Amino acid sequence: MKKALIPVLLAVFLCVGVSAWAADKQIKAGFVYVGPVGDAGWTFAHDEGRKEMEQLPFVEPSTFIESVPEGAESARVINGLVRRGHNLIFTTSFGYMDATIDVAARNKDVIFMHCSGYKTAENVSTYFGRMYEPRYLSGIIAGSMTKKNIIGFVAAFPIPEVIRGINAFTLGVRSVNPEAQVRVVWTQTWFDPGVERDAADSLLDVGADVLAMHQDAPATLQAAEARGAYVIGYNSDMRHFAPNAFLTAPVWNWGALYTRLATEVHNGTWKSEQIWSGLKENLVDLAPLSERIPEDVRNLVQERTEAIKAGTFHPFSGPLKDRDGTEIVAAGQVMSDADMLSMNFFVEGVHGTLSK
Amino acid sequence: MKLVTERRDISSPLLRFFAPVASIAVALVCAGFLLLATGVNPLEAYREILYESLGSVYGLSETLVKATPLIFAGLGVSLAFRMQIWNIGAEGQIYMGAMGATWVALFSGLTNHWLLMAGMFAAAMICGGVWAGVAGFLRARWEVNEVIVTLLMNYIAILLVDFLVYGPWRDPQGFNFPLTAQFADAARFANYFDTRLHSGFFLALLCALLLYLFMERTIWGYQIRVIGSNPQAARYAGMRTGKTIFAVLFISGAIAGVAGFSEVAGLQYRLSHGISPGYGYTAIIVAWLARRSAVGVIIVSLLMGVLLVGGDSLQMLWQLPIAFIYAFQGLILFCLLAADFFIVYRLKLVRGTRHG
Repeated sequence: MKKALIPVLLAVFLCVGVSAWAADKQIKAGFVYVGPVGDAGWTFAHDEGRKEMEQLPFVEPSTFIESVPEGAESARVINGLVRRGHNLIFTTSFGYMDATIDVAARNKDVIFMHCSGYKTAENVSTYFGRMYEPRYLSGIIAGSMTKKNIIGFVAAFPIPEVIRGINAFTLGVRSVNPEAQVRVVWTQTWFDPGVERDAADSLLDVGADVLAMHQDAPATLQAAEARGAYVIGYNSDMRHFAPNAFLTAPVWNWGALYTRLATEVHNGTWKSEQIWSGLKENLVDLAPLSERIPEDVRNLVQERTEAIKAGTFHPFSGPLKDRDGTEIVAAGQVMSDADMLSMNFFVEGVHGTLSK
Repeated sequence: MKLVTERRDISSPLLRFFAPVASIAVALVCAGFLLLATGVNPLEAYREILYESLGSVYGLSETLVKATPLIFAGLGVSLAFRMQIWNIGAEGQIYMGAMGATWVALFSGLTNHWLLMAGMFAAAMICGGVWAGVAGFLRARWEVNEVIVTLLMNYIAILLVDFLVYGPWRDPQGFNFPLTAQFADAARFANYFDTRLHSGFFLALLCALLLYLFMERTIWGYQIRVIGSNPQAARYAGMRTGKTIFAVLFISGAIAGVAGFSEVAGLQYRLSHGISPGYGYTAIIVAWLARRSAVGVIIVSLLMGVLLVGGDSLQMLWQLPIAFIYAFQGLILFCLLAADFFIVYRLKLVRGTRHG
């Protein structure tokens, strides 16, 4: 009896010892960025999150690599971070998906977090936010503030993430102003201030008096400020780029998620999953509203925010039709996550090209 | 006293060798002051660049991977330069080559590895060749400036690939993301030494050898060189310049097209937006610095590989901004081009004002 107990105790002791060791894991994080940290937008927002995560006692000073091209190039950079001893790696653009999966397969002891993709592995999670929620809210504001009923949208690439944002925004616009139309210009770039500025100017030229955008640079805000239009930012609170024109901005709050993930890895409770958090989890939000927005609009936005958080309202709820009149969501239903993640249609009110 | 430039009577082989070496040294000294200003020990930084890019099997393999598309595209561009034809369109030809190879890989129905490889290779050559051949035809027939035609056709090629990956060639399982399906294993190059080094690199070396033999040992190569240096004499000697212009641009584009094949079959395994992050434009610098020789193209491409791969380590170890990496690379290229100038010209101090 006693003899049998010793190995058992030993085993228990070992298990506790191992898990204690695992739980003491120091985090050495590496970040792969698609733009420069000074872009004031997408990459800037991730970098703010990185700094917030660094405040944790078990997180060592982290490393970032900026302006890494998407595609095969990125594998080298990700590999470089692994070889330099990083054990938690964030790849923050869709185009890093294949490279992340590839490097992860060769380095099972490192944990990878890929932003905005759809491939996971035992040591790779994906993470993203329900940006369509604040997009919808910002649409309510745009629809209320437009006088000419033409709203311009400067958009990067016609991928589901951007299309979802444009649709949610337009649904918000049309919920308060069924006459308004949203005109989309594609730039085919995430970060190119010159191109983004040209696109914004072209929308102002066709009469748009409110602009919104899905880009990494604040060029659209500067264009609106220069021409006396209103503008809705994106990524981070960009009001200092357009003190008069700025209405609000759907913003990312990566710090909340990064802190949580680092803690999970540290505690050994991390597991591979597909994270898609929204307003409720505070991953996405709306920047403080401009003073120019009337009281009743603010109240409506506040009311819808609460409803979304409580789960009583969903921007993509039926009856929902695409702009050709085909029914997408039946009355009484809401769109499934899978359908939202692969969205490839425009709702009524959007003017822009989309290949089938 | 006045500083004037004067053409050298002959430029010695010694000078030809030492000028580039000296120019790189000058660039390193200049960049060294920049590094000191940011608080980084330049010697340590340079050691790190060399170690990162050449100091391990992994680093070396990444440098070779990086050099591969540059060798192909550089060879293509340099062949045209040999005849004083300015092919600025290697970027578009890479995209077309990648497109042709992808079509064979995904839609030809072939399953045999060697048949697939041969088919993809041929399709890439034809697509790249036809793309450049258009400029060749216009130039030969109506003296249309090939610089403009090849340059503008880059944008058409990139947009054509965008159209395919956003539309008809989109992966049905890809959640509407702009990517084609991944290639089957039979449509991929072999990898070596458990790194990303793939058969494309050896194909590039073979291509350089063939091009060298073609230019130096065949009648055609001789004709190209004669037409390049003196078109009138060539015409007088009965050479058919029009046909040769077309043929040279076709072959030039075909070789650049193989770079696209090599990228999709060796690294990316699919077609996507931004398949080449500007290799076609870098190839122009490569061909220029290589003075249009095949061996030179290989050497300069490897140098570029060292700069790009080594640049990563500056970011990773010292968190230098990407702008510094660009400035550093630019400084080295600038000094190399300056050396090119001093091989042909020399500076001379002249007393008094020069009448002339």
